[in-house]
Formats: sequence, C-alpha cells, structure tokens
Amino acid sequence: MNLATVSLSYLRARRLSTSLNVLLLALGIATITLLLLATSQLEERMQRDARGIDLVVGAKGSPMQIILSSIYQLDVPTGNVSWQQAQELARHRFVKKIIPLAMGDNYRGFRIVGTTHDYVAHYGARLAHGQLWKAPLEAVLGAEVAAGSGLSVGAHFAGAHGMGGGSEGEKVHDEHQYRVVGVLAPSGSVVDRIVLTSVESLWAVHAEQYDIKDIARIGELMSDEEKEYTALLIQYASPIAAASLPRYINQNSAMQAASPAYEITRLFTIIGVGVDVLRGFAVVLILAAGLSVFIALYNALSERRYDLAVMRALGASPAKLMSLMLFEGLLLALIGAAIGIALGHALTGLLGLALTQAKQVSVSGMTWVNEELWLIVLALGVGVVAALLPAWRAYRTDVAATLARG
Amino acid sequence: MFAVENLKHAYDGTEVLNVAAWRAEQGAQWLVIGPSGSGKTTLLHVLAGILRPSAGTVGVAGQDLAALGAQQLDRFRGQHIGIVLQRLHLIPSLRVMDNLLLAQYLAGLPQDRARAGEVLKTLDLAGKEAAYPHELSFGQAQRVAVARAVVNRPKLLLADEPTSNLDDARCLQALDLLQAMAAACAATLVIATHDQRIRARIPRHFELKAAA
Repeated sequence: MNLATVSLSYLRARRLSTSLNVLLLALGIATITLLLLATSQLEERMQRDARGIDLVVGAKGSPMQIILSSIYQLDVPTGNVSWQQAQELARHRFVKKIIPLAMGDNYRGFRIVGTTHDYVAHYGARLAHGQLWKAPLEAVLGAEVAAGSGLSVGAHFAGAHGMGGGSEGEKVHDEHQYRVVGVLAPSGSVVDRIVLTSVESLWAVHAEQYDIKDIARIGELMSDEEKEYTALLIQYASPIAAASLPRYINQNSAMQAASPAYEITRLFTIIGVGVDVLRGFAVVLILAAGLSVFIALYNALSERRYDLAVMRALGASPAKLMSLMLFEGLLLALIGAAIGIALGHALTGLLGLALTQAKQVSVSGMTWVNEELWLIVLALGVGVVAALLPAWRAYRTDVAATLARG
Repeated sequence: MFAVENLKHAYDGTEVLNVAAWRAEQGAQWLVIGPSGSGKTTLLHVLAGILRPSAGTVGVAGQDLAALGAQQLDRFRGQHIGIVLQRLHLIPSLRVMDNLLLAQYLAGLPQDRARAGEVLKTLDLAGKEAAYPHELSFGQAQRVAVARAVVNRPKLLLADEPTSNLDDARCLQALDLLQAMAAACAATLVIATHDQRIRARIPRHFELKAAA
C-alpha cells in the first residue's frame, strides 16, 4: 500500500475516463513520434543518397525534378542529355568524376538504371551473389528488387517501357531479355531499389534499328549523335567549382545543373510546412488530453471529497493528498506516453511497409531517436500541470467541515 | 487519558462549543450527548485533532495537541486515535484489506497484514479481505469501518453517531462491537450520540447544552 496503489485503484475504478484520457494523450504522442521518426530517417536517408554528389546535370527543366529523378529515383526525368556534351563536360578541369545514368524502363515498378561500375562503388554497395555486369543486357539487382521480384542469378526478365509509375499497358521489350548476373547486398541506399545495368543496355533496348545479334557492339555501331544519357552525377575537383561550374553548364549547354544540397534543403522546407501542420495537430491533441485529464481529476475531487477527508482523519498530511492527485496525473501521463510512443513506432513501421511496397525511400519503426525522451518529459509535464489545481484543492481539504456534513 | 479545559470553538464569530472541563481515564467509556447543534461532532473533531479549537487546551494521552505542528498532529492522530464515522466512508476503490493497510500506511506505521487479518477475523470478516466495499452488506461495512479504526491499536476510539438509522437489534450489535474492540486494545471510547437507546448501556455521560 502506497500512493501508487491508491492512485492506480482510483484509475481502475474510473476505467472509461482513464482509457479516454490515456487514448487522447497516446494519439498526440504517437503522431509526434511518427513525425520524429519519419522525418529524421527520411532526412538521414536522403542525405546519405546524395552524399559525395556535388552536382547533377540533366535536361533543361526543374532542378528539383532532376535531383528527385536522378538521385532518389522518385520523379520522372526532365529528358535526355547528349553523349557528346557529357564527354565535353567530363574533360572540364573542375570535374573530378562523372557517373552517367540512363533511364527509361522498369521491371515490375523497379527502375532499370544504366550506369557504370563507378555508381556501385560510389554507394559502397557489395555483391551478395554473382558479379557486376560486363556486357549489355546483363543486370545486377538491388537487394529490395531481388526480394520483391524473386529473381536470382541466372534468371531472365524483360523490361517495360516507362518509369514504373504503374500505368497500364506499358510496352514490354520482349525481344530484349535481360539476364541477372548479380544481386547486391542491402546497403540502405537508393541502390537497393533499382536494377543496375550498363548504359549500352538501355541504348540497345531502345534502338530497334540494330540487329539483336549486334547487341554486344552496340556502343560502336551507334553514331555519337544517337547516344544519350538521362543525367550525370558529378563530383567537383575543387570547391571553387561550386561557384562557376553550374553557371557555366546552364549558360553554355542545353543541359541544366542542379545542386543536391540546395534542392534537399528546399524540399525539406516544403515538406516542413506539412510536418508543422501535423505537429500542430498533435500538440492540439496533447493539450486536449491535458484538459481532459484536468477535468477528470477535478470531477474526481468532488466525488472523492469524503475519501480525502477520511485519509486526513487516518493521519495523511495535506501534502500527501496533494501528491496523491499529482501522482495520478503523472501516472495517466506516463501510461499515455508509453502507449503513444509504442503506437508511434508501430505506425512508422506500417508506413515503412507501405513505402517499401510503393518502392519509395523507406523508414523503419525499430529505431529510437533521442527526441522521444523529450516527448516523455512533455507528457509528464502535461500530466503534472493538469493535476496542479486539483492537487491544490486536495491540499486545502477542510477535513472537519467535510466530515461534519457527511 | 484525555483532558480538556476552557474549550471554546467559534465559526464566523458564532460559538458552537463551550466546555469548561472534562477528563477521562484510560479505558473509560463515555457518551457525549446533547441535542443537534450542541457541538457533539465539533467536540469529537477537537479530540481527534482534526479541528484546532479557538481557545482552551486539549491533552490526549499526555500530549498537548496545541504543541504539535500540523504534520506531527496528523501523524499523532493516525497512530493514536481511531475514528468511526457515521457514514463509514470506506475508500470505495480499495479492497477491504487495502482499506486497513491504508490506515497503517497513512499513520506512518509498518504495514502489517497479519495484524489486519487478525482484526478482520475478530470482527467476523474472515474471507472478505478481497471484497470491495460495495460488495459488503451494511453490517459488514460497519465492521470494516470499526476494524480500520482499531487496526493501529489506538489509545482513543471516537465514534460519531454510530447507531443512528439502525434498527434496535443492529443498534445494540454496533454498540457491542465498539465496546468490545475498545476494550480489546484498552482504548478510551467516546461515542457522540443523540440515540436514546444506548444511554443505559454506557453509564458515563458528558452532556452538551444546546448553543444559546
């Protein structure tokens, strides 16, 4: 028998009101937990995918679209850039490394990206099985692609035209069958969600005037004017490049330069508005929970007028009655916070599942961020504040007058 | 055992209690009688240290109550004074056993389940330890209230109108109970009542006059 037992017995005695208060608080805490987990992980993942890429060059269009399509494989590309211009850019003294990307097809919603082995090396992806591609139409699967499609080394598949937005009636390139030569281990980056192959594979699939037997030599057969990339990932040779190279590209070529760092910041500013609205909604929920706890405890006071007076008569000090009410508020808050945080993690897990199925940047419910500790503190604070006035009234209980009336 | 002198209490300037002198020996049993409004409950509250009187001295078990600080007075009351209220007021959310343990806990005494069980057994409540107050008959609830008042072996047992609203048979049962339990822990018993039926059972009467 102690204050906790007494508080708990009162909470049990008013199950409906207790559950309602806990639920309100839990929903608010869960919403904020979800936001915390999702934004921190998305930010971390998006930053990781863009790490080491100073500039992305694509066809003229929206810089944001170029970043989203080329780095994150989310949006559709703005168009293609010419192979010749890419070669010129590669010779520029500010360019240290250039990784070409060719896109346009998908396999069951997973994008097929034509690139060089540099791309795999850049993301530090390791092979789980097989080897990297050597010839056109050899493909290496990202970990999620392999898991999602069930394909393994040696399997054949055909790409469908389009970026895998899920539209019906996509044209399937039946005559050009890819052969899986390798599967990558999970890396937690964008590589997990794509099919990798050589740039020549995509050229071959889309250049139907060449005989299928000549596929191996497609790079030599095609004229330089015919060759195209979708985008180029660029690493600067020196920091000074940031000041001049984007302007140089935008003014002297038909291409558009986009800075990942700048566009990511812009993206999170835009997403931030939505996050702020949700967060505001969660804060309203938590405040409503606080108010509800306050009303419940305040009403309980009049129900318990005699109980409190009896406890005083049994030897309890006014401070003890005050702690009893405060403890009850704290206990409600603690239960609400615990359920809310568990619920938040479960919801984040569900969101992660949905995002994985949609082949998007994914999140996990199994991680913990330090801000959640502050959430618990916030919840406990709400519990204490809601219990302050009832606790004060309990402190002031007039034992003699209350008992005399009873 | 207790002694009051020149006791006066007033609410908002109206005098509700005026006792020149009254003392009782340890183990004695007293009735406080008088018409409604004569201050019976107020006198009980003063003896219990629930109410500090406007004037006069109150000594219980050799302790001058006025000399105790607020918290010491609460502690003293919990450990040495048992109170049975007219409407019983068991804590509804706690089981019978927990109501008794609560009395030990709030008095700052060690929680002794054996002692609580023993008291319940004496009062024919064995087997009711886990029941909630609303599951008890009135007679059982009254016995639990008495058990809660005596579980800490008080030196002074106070009862406020314990027999009003009871039929004759129950009235005598309740009285027997209080007298027996007070005797069992050698406590001084003071019952405030206007019930004519019990006057004959306790010879020592302290009579309060109606306020002028």
